[in-house]
Amino acid sequence: MHDVLNAKAKASAVAPKNVLTVEGLKAYYINEHFGVRREVRAVDDISLTVNRNEVYGIAGESSSGKSSLIKTLAGAIRPPMRVVDGSVKFDFGGREIDVYAEPEQLKPARWRHLSYIMQGSMNVLNPVRRVKHSFHDFAYRHMGLGGAAFWSKVRQHLERLGLDPDVLEAFPHQLSGGMRQRITIALATVCEPEFIIADEPTTALDVLVQQDVLGLIKDVQARMQASIIFVTHDMSVHAAISDRLAIMYAGRLAEEGATQALFDNPQHPYTAHLIGSLPRIGDVRIRKSLPGKPPALSDPPSGCRFHPRCPLAIERCSKEVPQMLPSATGGRVACFRAGEAVAS
Amino acid sequence: MTDLLKLDHVTKRFPVGGLFSRRTMKAVDDVNFTLSAEKPEIFAIVGESGSGKSTLAKMMLGNELPSEGRLSFDGTDVTTIRGRAAREAFMAKVQPVFQNPFEAFNPLTKLDEYLFATAHRFLAANNRDAREAAADAALQRVGLSLAEVRGRYSHELSGGQLQRIAVARALIPNPKLIVADEPVSMVDASLRMSIVNLFRELRDELKVSIIYITHDLATAYYISDRVIIMQKGRVIESGDARTVLEHPTQPYSIALKGAVLPPDPAEASAIIRGRQVVEA
Repeated sequence: MHDVLNAKAKASAVAPKNVLTVEGLKAYYINEHFGVRREVRAVDDISLTVNRNEVYGIAGESSSGKSSLIKTLAGAIRPPMRVVDGSVKFDFGGREIDVYAEPEQLKPARWRHLSYIMQGSMNVLNPVRRVKHSFHDFAYRHMGLGGAAFWSKVRQHLERLGLDPDVLEAFPHQLSGGMRQRITIALATVCEPEFIIADEPTTALDVLVQQDVLGLIKDVQARMQASIIFVTHDMSVHAAISDRLAIMYAGRLAEEGATQALFDNPQHPYTAHLIGSLPRIGDVRIRKSLPGKPPALSDPPSGCRFHPRCPLAIERCSKEVPQMLPSATGGRVACFRAGEAVAS
Repeated sequence: MTDLLKLDHVTKRFPVGGLFSRRTMKAVDDVNFTLSAEKPEIFAIVGESGSGKSTLAKMMLGNELPSEGRLSFDGTDVTTIRGRAAREAFMAKVQPVFQNPFEAFNPLTKLDEYLFATAHRFLAANNRDAREAAADAALQRVGLSLAEVRGRYSHELSGGQLQRIAVARALIPNPKLIVADEPVSMVDASLRMSIVNLFRELRDELKVSIIYITHDLATAYYISDRVIIMQKGRVIESGDARTVLEHPTQPYSIALKGAVLPPDPAEASAIIRGRQVVEA
């Protein structure tokens, strides 16, 4: 175990490479019926990198393609979804894995190097068996430890996260929602993976519990120097936990940047709206809402996909697709009128 | 001064345990408040899951009856409503809007059918023209039109639009009170404020009172006039929304307010850092 940790530390000292590099990724849902081909471009030309030891937030509304994106990143896509173009490369301590060029490489890395925290904790833990069986099912074969050593490691890990190891003997329905979500976090981090994908882990929780769970995630991340992709539509949660933040709209990235810079100075009109419309205790100003609705990915608007709802749209927006270019605040933005929007 | 809705020591007990168990738990415990008929307002009920806020909503809609206390609407005790005519008269005045618009509408039923059925039942709109006129008028109020909705199914529209249709449907009988149980928690972020602002318009223009049930203190602060904060069935704090939410006095309300993450990275991450169990 220590050798592995030391090797990890060494690798990071030598190669400060990105843990995840995504280039020009396109993943479409493709249906062919009676010669009619229909494409839903859920992930459309996305490039991003995730550094070591950072929380990379992805914000987007429903049907913005954020779930499709993380499924594609995790190599967990099934037909009719297909990767049409682009690449997803992980770098786990010097060991490179190209998810779509050599998919068999990913299998031994799962849970050991790449794990997930999912939204519905009840769907992760087996409802008819004690929690310890879930730990056995998920983690045992990835840890390479004998029975006794495995359980002492699991107990030690639970204690480090401030959980009572006795929860192993409980059934999921005996635990509260917050407790269950903490257990799924413990489950996802017991192998000390370098990369964690967290999909709306706090959405189903009560506000008071939500903060504790976020604190726990941040805690584990900082201790293990892991990288997290954190997906949620809740901008306040991103403000609390994400180091860098990407805003998705209709299958494409609209803007990406350091969270503080993005909140202080949003460059894309959509980001400006998302941030400007957040209500806040102590502030009674009227918040405006955007006209229209998020587009259907099966029939997206031409040019910039945000242009029908954009208050700053010009003629060019409906004809040309804006590329992700470096923005004035050190991030990237895909907008012809970047920087003109004001968070109101 | 007449009262639109008056809750007088309302308590709801549910039996717990097995078939022969005599134990009960109080889902709602001794709740009192009054909405005035003259002055429409948005009244927020705030609490976490299990605080009894949804049970309270069901009682206000007449779906559950109080175990103790008196819940009267327009001077009539809801437990005395008997018969179809009286019930429909009550339903016309108190209308619900539910949390998840995707579940509230049957996916196999066209959305305009809901509007026509409501118009038929409560407005006695016997012919097609009358029903369509009523549906269109209600949809116009929420920023839609019958032309956009006619023949559509729920999967064809976004959550925000569906929630608007749900509000339009509730408006058809010209209600005096709308009970909205977590109406924006399933609506997309860019459309959420449009629903919240719509409630404000309904209050100001149609003089409809709204019971706004939520766990989100920030939107409650944004739209409501008065607020009650519930914990385990009890009202622990109540009063003017701005005053209560800016300066809560009870420990639980203070904790709830502290749990609202501010939309500012520096402040919010400082709160999360304070919650970390072990220092990194």
